[in-house]
Amino acid sequence: MSDNLTLPAQQGPTDSSTETLLEVQGLTKHFPIYGGFPIKRKVGAVQAVDGVDLTVGVGESVGLVGESGCGKSTTGRLITRLLEPTAGKISYMGQDITHASRRQLAPVRSEIQMIFQDPYSSLNPRQTVGSIIKSPMEVNGIEPEGGQEKKVRELLELVGLNPEHYNRFPHEFSGGQRQRIGVARALALNPKLIVADEPVSALDVSIQAQVVNLLQKVQQELGIAFLFIAHDLAIVRHFSQRVAVMYLGKVVEVGDRDSIYNRPRHPYTHALLSAVPEVAVDDEAGDKERIRLYGDVPSPISPPSGCRFRTRCWKAQDKCASEEPPLLQISGNRDGHLTACHFPEDPTTEARAEDVVLDPALKALEKDTADDAESKPAKD
Amino acid sequence: MLQFIIRRLAGAVVTLFLIGAVTFFLFIAGPSDYASLACGRDCSPTRIADIREALGLNLPVATQFWQFMSGIVMGRDFPDGHCAAPCLGQSFYSGDMVWDTIIDRFPTTLTLTVGGTICFLIFGVGAGMVSAFRRGSTLDKVATGSSMVLSSFQIYFLGPIALTVLVYSTGWMEDPKYVPISEDPVGWFVGMSIPVVVMATIFTAQYTRMARASMIEQLAEEHVRTARAKGMTKKYVFFRYAWRGSLIPIVTVLGIDISSMLGGAVVTELTFSLQGIGRLAVNGAMTRDLPLTMGVMMFGAFFILIVNILTDIAYAWIDPRVRLS
Amino acid sequence: MTTLTKTEDAPAPTGPESFLSVRDLRVQFSTEDGIVKAVDGLSFDVERGKTLGIVGESGSGKSVTNLSILGLHNPRTSTIDGEILLDGQELVTATDKELEQLRGNKMAMIFQDPLTALSPYYTVGRQLSEPFMKHRGVSKKEAKDRAIQMLEKVGIPQPKVRFDDYPHQFSGGMRQRAMIAMALMCDPDLLIADEPTTALDVTVQAQILDLLKDLQQEFGSAIIFITHDLGVISNMADDLLVMYAGRAVERGSVKEVLRTPQHPYTWGLLSSMPRLDGDIHEMLTPIPGSPPSLLTPPPGCRFHPRCAFKDEVAGTLCSDTRPPLADGRAAACHLTAEQKQTIFIDKIQPRLR
Repeated sequence: MSDNLTLPAQQGPTDSSTETLLEVQGLTKHFPIYGGFPIKRKVGAVQAVDGVDLTVGVGESVGLVGESGCGKSTTGRLITRLLEPTAGKISYMGQDITHASRRQLAPVRSEIQMIFQDPYSSLNPRQTVGSIIKSPMEVNGIEPEGGQEKKVRELLELVGLNPEHYNRFPHEFSGGQRQRIGVARALALNPKLIVADEPVSALDVSIQAQVVNLLQKVQQELGIAFLFIAHDLAIVRHFSQRVAVMYLGKVVEVGDRDSIYNRPRHPYTHALLSAVPEVAVDDEAGDKERIRLYGDVPSPISPPSGCRFRTRCWKAQDKCASEEPPLLQISGNRDGHLTACHFPEDPTTEARAEDVVLDPALKALEKDTADDAESKPAKD
Repeated sequence: MLQFIIRRLAGAVVTLFLIGAVTFFLFIAGPSDYASLACGRDCSPTRIADIREALGLNLPVATQFWQFMSGIVMGRDFPDGHCAAPCLGQSFYSGDMVWDTIIDRFPTTLTLTVGGTICFLIFGVGAGMVSAFRRGSTLDKVATGSSMVLSSFQIYFLGPIALTVLVYSTGWMEDPKYVPISEDPVGWFVGMSIPVVVMATIFTAQYTRMARASMIEQLAEEHVRTARAKGMTKKYVFFRYAWRGSLIPIVTVLGIDISSMLGGAVVTELTFSLQGIGRLAVNGAMTRDLPLTMGVMMFGAFFILIVNILTDIAYAWIDPRVRLS
Repeated sequence: MTTLTKTEDAPAPTGPESFLSVRDLRVQFSTEDGIVKAVDGLSFDVERGKTLGIVGESGSGKSVTNLSILGLHNPRTSTIDGEILLDGQELVTATDKELEQLRGNKMAMIFQDPLTALSPYYTVGRQLSEPFMKHRGVSKKEAKDRAIQMLEKVGIPQPKVRFDDYPHQFSGGMRQRAMIAMALMCDPDLLIADEPTTALDVTVQAQILDLLKDLQQEFGSAIIFITHDLGVISNMADDLLVMYAGRAVERGSVKEVLRTPQHPYTWGLLSSMPRLDGDIHEMLTPIPGSPPSLLTPPPGCRFHPRCAFKDEVAGTLCSDTRPPLADGRAAACHLTAEQKQTIFIDKIQPRLR
């Protein structure tokens, strides 16, 4: 397999951006678990994030996808320094902010903002919309031209809310409008990077598009870089120029949008894409590969050795258990498309000669029906 | 589970030790000089010195504390006799052994606690459950209304009324008193019935409201709806699915109530002139009788800790998520 | 693809053949703020062995409808009018006892979140056995055998051991499998699945959806599949009902509704969803505004305040007259058939590619 690999390429900026804004190397977060008898001690750790490398260019939007427990949200919180990393390095515009103190962090904090998933709990219900959006400016002592209040009104207008609603409270707004307030708050300090953690997953379908469009407008018009964390692959694809796929605390594949969605190499990326339910308007369902994994994601407390996906992978061999696959550019892949797999898949999402069905129940049921289908014509 | 109980018991011993230490040092560090208090007015310095000597107050504080704590485990000798383990010391005032005094008073408190608890669990939780099951019915309205009124009463209000009606004006019953159950079971029952019933009435009202609220909350749970969706009858779902979850808040409050009652139901005892642990504690504190106060404190603390452990075991019994995690 | 093929070519039976028939269903809840008209004049049919998808956003009344089929609304706070006929039996007026005989037996339900929908206090095995013992009057032993068999069928490893486990000892996907096994214990003729995969991860969702489809082939149950996700429904259902603010706005076969949608709300839903193969340079087209409050729903067509095409309808028809939903393939909209077709071909279809 080794002849298949080339030297690790720089996970450099794509053509859309030339300058690196944020660089994360070997980022790790372990949450300790205490227990034991008779004296409580650290007995293990939830390895939420375990050695993540990631870059975000200036004005670039990077998507971070994965299922629950893959560590994508923790990664977002580490980057915004809401959590303290266990190991690894975060540099922002060349400055190491991994363990920067509050004081050192102050100027950077205003440039990295976060949008949260739940528009209901992330806004203080006792504050007016105006003071919610204004508070980042007050905290950082920023006095924009024309005053803070004028700026707030401009922001409200920008995110598509009525500036007259300055003195209203969050509960007077619908879910989509509240998420707009969250966006306005994030924009108050003219950030260079916004970490958006599942910003639309709590919203109804028809509202999701409103917020996605708003974020896209903000990203394109204001040139703000985004780390867009979501589990919805279609939305991430729509929003991000580059996409990283995470599984159990690790990035298993990263690359430009086209590579990830049309030329994926990692079996997990294949499985994810194949699992997305798509509206089949024409009879086109047959031309997409069908992969059905078995079971759920293993616990991050004791993740599988070697490649973490091997326990659910149809291509796993002994090597996968003993050796952790490095994140490399596999030959035939474009620059910046890195995959962590010993036995990568073909770069296509076309249907296979035979479906990959690992689920024993599905296998059994489908075998039954297939047998029935074969035996029926004989009877007729 | 066994490991859990052992760990909790070990923790309880440490806690008891800490409680003893805190009580002890608070008293010793306090402004009063026990010797001069004990001596009274017109007291000569020699007499104070004698008393100090007799009470052991001239010894270093650490030694005094050690003597006290080791006495609990091994017993200790006083000038006027041996105090067997668990020795909680000798009262400054009466000179009686504190443990003996407590043991003398405890049956009264235990009767109040056990009798009261049985009453209010049966009537209170029962009424609450029925109320929740027949929510909105006349029965529910009566139960909610009367429990609302009753729970705003206090023992020192309800107690005298009961005494006036049942004892003083009609003479139907005698004044409440404690007769040891081993001597006269009927007398014990009759003598304690008024205090137990009055105390239980107020708790019953509180438990009715709590049980009803917690049951209604459980009935709104999704898994209760699932059970209904499976075709299980309303009654079955109520007593199998909703019931268990509603126990958790009840057990929590019950634990607090029982342990505080075992530590002495001061108001009840005073209202009905009973000699229980509660009175003992009040007397000890008012007369600054260090050994007595410490003794009662630690006795009460012991029950709080035991009941806490029992509460946790009850949680584990109710909820497999606690048991199996 | 697999060797599985759907047999869709058979013509749909017409008239009273339908197995479940809901007519002019109205569900109202009295709350402190007033009366919520959660479902307002809803009619639909489900054929034996077929899957009806009901799509709508939160508050569209899709879950409320299905709880009323099972009769699970609290009669103290809700009023239900209309007709629900299950295999000829009227359910709206049925007694508690009659409903209890049907629930879990002839009709069963799968809920959204298996963690809260299974009791934490009893073993999975016991929760599975209960309905079987009740409805079939069998012994504990027989119920256990059946439960183990069902657990195996839905893909729970070591079903004999897992029978005695509690729900919290199962992973999310396994819990939903157990929930499905529970619903299928008595081989129901009607299975109502209320967002059964919304709480699950996408790879697990794919497993569960396929499992449900395969099990339906084996058990032959009719399924009402409720979801907000058009992608999910397009793989699962034969027929589709789109709901908005307590009313059905469009009905037809899945292919008809998704290929040539006729209602502006369906258009809006489809064009606000990004697709894996869509054009990335095309902006999404959201539906403006948000769903109405059901305390004071808009008069006329409930979608008209958010509708981009209401100006194409003459007069104030949209804001004062409720558009009827005809039988069969239909959309409840005042636009004429030609208008619908022209708008869809000119303005909507290009967005969907």
